[in-house]
Parts: sequence; structure tokens; C-alpha cells
Amino acid sequence: MSRYFTDEHEWIDVSGDIATVGITEYAQEQLGDIVFVELPAEGKTFTKGDDAAVVESVKAASDVYAPISGEVVEVNGALEDEPALVNSDAEEDGWFFKLRLTDASELDGLMDEASYKEFVAGL
Amino acid sequence: MSDDATIGMEEIATEALPLDAWHRARGGRMVDFAGYWLPIQYDGIMAEHLWTRESAGLFDVSHMGQMNVDGPDVAAELEKLLPGDIIGLKPGKVRYSLLLDEDGGILDDLMVTNRRDHLFLIVNGACKWDDIAHLREFLPDEINMQHLDEQALLALQGPKAVDALARLGLVPVDGAPAVEDLSFMEAASYLWDGCPLDVSRSGYTGEDGFEISVAGEDAEALADALCAQPEVKPIGLGARDSLRLEAGLPLYGHDLDPQVSVIAAGLGFAVSKRRRTEGGFMGEARVQAELATPPAQVRVGLTVEGRLPAREGAVIFSGDAAVGTVTSGGHAPSLGGPIAMGWVAASHAAPGTVLSIEVRGKRLAATVVAMPFVPHNYVRKGVKS
Repeated sequence: MSRYFTDEHEWIDVSGDIATVGITEYAQEQLGDIVFVELPAEGKTFTKGDDAAVVESVKAASDVYAPISGEVVEVNGALEDEPALVNSDAEEDGWFFKLRLTDASELDGLMDEASYKEFVAGL
Repeated sequence: MSDDATIGMEEIATEALPLDAWHRARGGRMVDFAGYWLPIQYDGIMAEHLWTRESAGLFDVSHMGQMNVDGPDVAAELEKLLPGDIIGLKPGKVRYSLLLDEDGGILDDLMVTNRRDHLFLIVNGACKWDDIAHLREFLPDEINMQHLDEQALLALQGPKAVDALARLGLVPVDGAPAVEDLSFMEAASYLWDGCPLDVSRSGYTGEDGFEISVAGEDAEALADALCAQPEVKPIGLGARDSLRLEAGLPLYGHDLDPQVSVIAAGLGFAVSKRRRTEGGFMGEARVQAELATPPAQVRVGLTVEGRLPAREGAVIFSGDAAVGTVTSGGHAPSLGGPIAMGWVAASHAAPGTVLSIEVRGKRLAATVVAMPFVPHNYVRKGVKS
């Protein structure tokens, strides 16, 4: 399994043609206390860059984009009862949704962990 | 991911306030607010909010405008511009009031303190330059206004604020009571370690607490001394907003603006009885008209079902009919769910009325409730209410 990162502070774990998507530790830290996560419906298809989810922190609502194109095959139901999972475990249990990739070549331009760390350090 | 905290409209560079370095050294996440750098949060809005409700929080509100006003018949002159009883405001007392325009629209809300030989005003940071211009335009030339732009303003809020402040050993000036003996909306002057402090028992969280005007150069030492008390932590603007929302207190620029009138905003208490009878203040016609004939839209509180916050701008429905708009809303940390404040048609404003609020195409069930959402915890004469 490989992990990719976007400059919108999302992470993507790819296993076969399934991609698990979440927001990074840096993103949750910036958002602050998360009180609600609006997840997409299963079966919905996204083109890279579409609005896919909304994260509501105490102070504001923020969009989460589909980092790659695909069909939603599963969403993280645990976030419904415990949105703060995104704060406490952004890069594992706080995942948002899984996509079935439609174009694996979209992964090519994304960052790996080391490049993302460098990117964040430069912000 | 943007912070929706910029309400200033100035196109000028963001300015540093006296505690700028102090906030940064303590990990405050700084944002531009009304043209100044202020911390939106330290540890997190939720933790800071709850800490203030159970212990004490220190807020830097030095962006607010502080001014001294004096001169012949200053109280009577100020009464021409606001609807509160200022002539009857006794020395050492503080009153909430409103600056109204000629059409009765709210230009700002403010606190007026009778400091014996002058009046002291605290106005909103984002409005202060307009307020000064307005006051200067309409007050006689004999009235002096001094903008205290070198003063910092700290708010110490929470049920244990009094314990922390009392421990600092403030020395009352000119026969003032001990600081812990002030009641809600009373003010006096003190010396702390040789530094003059003007303290009022007031605030914007619904909790007991104090607002302390201190010279900018003394602000760091005072903030250090307060935060050295085990009850006190520094708190950012984010929690200030969620605390005031739970307390049902309107925020100028969001819940109040020049389109909004006093009575519709539910601020009729700020129109003193004598002023209702005698009148003689700018914007009076609209206030009197709305006292005679209730306004079509009024400000209400709403609790929202579920967890999704309904924020400023969301439309409020009764059935399929749009009946109002949310003016501020969000997650209420002390209540564990979303609450909102907004304008609704008077026919839908009774507590218990079931309405809905549209957020991203979803209709959330909402119920009109009496405010405050969280009971006020003010210390009044003889009783803790």
C-alpha cells in the first residue's frame, strides 16, 4: 500500500483500485475542534477536485475535495457519532471515505510523505 | 481552510497590540481581527470555552476602543446620541447602551462608565473610528474626547475570576471597594504593583468576571501575573465568540448592524424608562414607533437538532415559507450541540415554535428558545444570580 498527499492537505492510501481518503494531521490542527463531518453518499462519483465532504469545526465550515476521481464505495460511519476522531487520529481512524479509482494516473503528480513534510514546513 | 474572523474593513496593514509578543510566545494562533493581530485560539476553542465556564479565562480585547469623554453637561450631551439613562448613571456604575443613527439603526453597542469626573466608553474595535467620527460630529465642541489608544483591555472571565484577581492584591484608589466587592456593572480604580488599573465587573461571556483597562506598557506584567494563578488560562477569540453566543449576547456586525433597530433586536432594556418618556435622542422616532407597534421581525435564539451547525446567513423556514435568517450560529461547547441566533418574523418568534434551518440543501429542525442558552452567572448586589 502506498500513501500519497495533496497540497490541499489530504492523504490517500491506495490498495489495488481502492483509495482511502482523509485529511492530514496538519489540516486537523489548522481546523481545530471538529464537531461535524458531512460525508458523501455511497455510490456517488467524483471528478478530481469536486467538493466531496464538509468538515465543520467550532469556528467554520471547510470543504474537502475529491483528491482523485472515483466512485464512493464506503464512508467512515464512525465520524457520525465521533467527529472528533478527525482531531485525535486524522491519518488513521479519522479517514473520510473510500473511492474506487477511475484513473490511477492521477496519482502521479501527488506528493509522498517526505515531500509533503517539506511542503508543510515551507508554509 | 480560512478563518472567518476578519470583520475589519480597513485596507491598512494589520497592527500589533501591546500583548502581541505575549500571545505568540504562548502559542496563540494569530489572525487579523478588526485590523489587529489577535489569537483565535491557544489549545483549542472547545477546551478554552469549557475552561472559562468552569474556572477563569484571560481575553485580550485591546482592539476595542476606549475613550474618555468630559465637558459641560457631558451626560446630557451624550444622552442626545444614545437611548440610555446616562444622567442617572451613578459614579462607579456601568451601563450597556447603543449608538443610534438618525433612522434609529444601530451604529454600535457600547459600555458607558461614570468615572466621577468623566465618562468612560468602550466601543467595538471594528466600529471605533466611525464611532469617534460620529461622536465628534454630533457632540458640542466643548465636550472633550480622548481616545485611549495606548491602553490595553483585558477581560478575566469565569466563576473563579474573582479568586484570581483578588489574590493580586489590588489597592483601591479613592475609597473604592475591594475588587471582590464590586457587583456586576460596577467599576473602580486600583493600583497593582504601582500600575493604575481601571476595573469593572462585567464581560461578554455570561460568566462573572472583570474587564481591566491597563496601560499598554503594563499589560504584559499583568497578563503574566493573572496567568500565573492556577485558575487562569489565556483564551482566544474563538471561544469568546462561542461563549457570548451561548450567553445570548449579540455581536455587532453580525447580529446587529445599521439596518437593525433597538426593539427588534430585543435590546429594549437599553432604552431607559425616563428616556422612553422624555425622548430627545437620535433615532428616537423608530424606537417609539416600535414600542407602540411591535416590529415585523425580531431577534430570537434557536436550538438546532443534530450536530450540523447552522451558521450566519442560513435561511430559517416555517414549513416551506422563508421566515428569517441566522445571524450567528455554531456549536455550543457547553451544550454539546448547535445553537443559533437570528431574525424571524414576529409571528414565529414565540419560544417553543418549531422551525427549520437550511444548511447545504438540508433542512435542520430548530426550536425557538428564550436566551440566554446557558444561564448568566453574574454577581449582583447581595446575591449571586
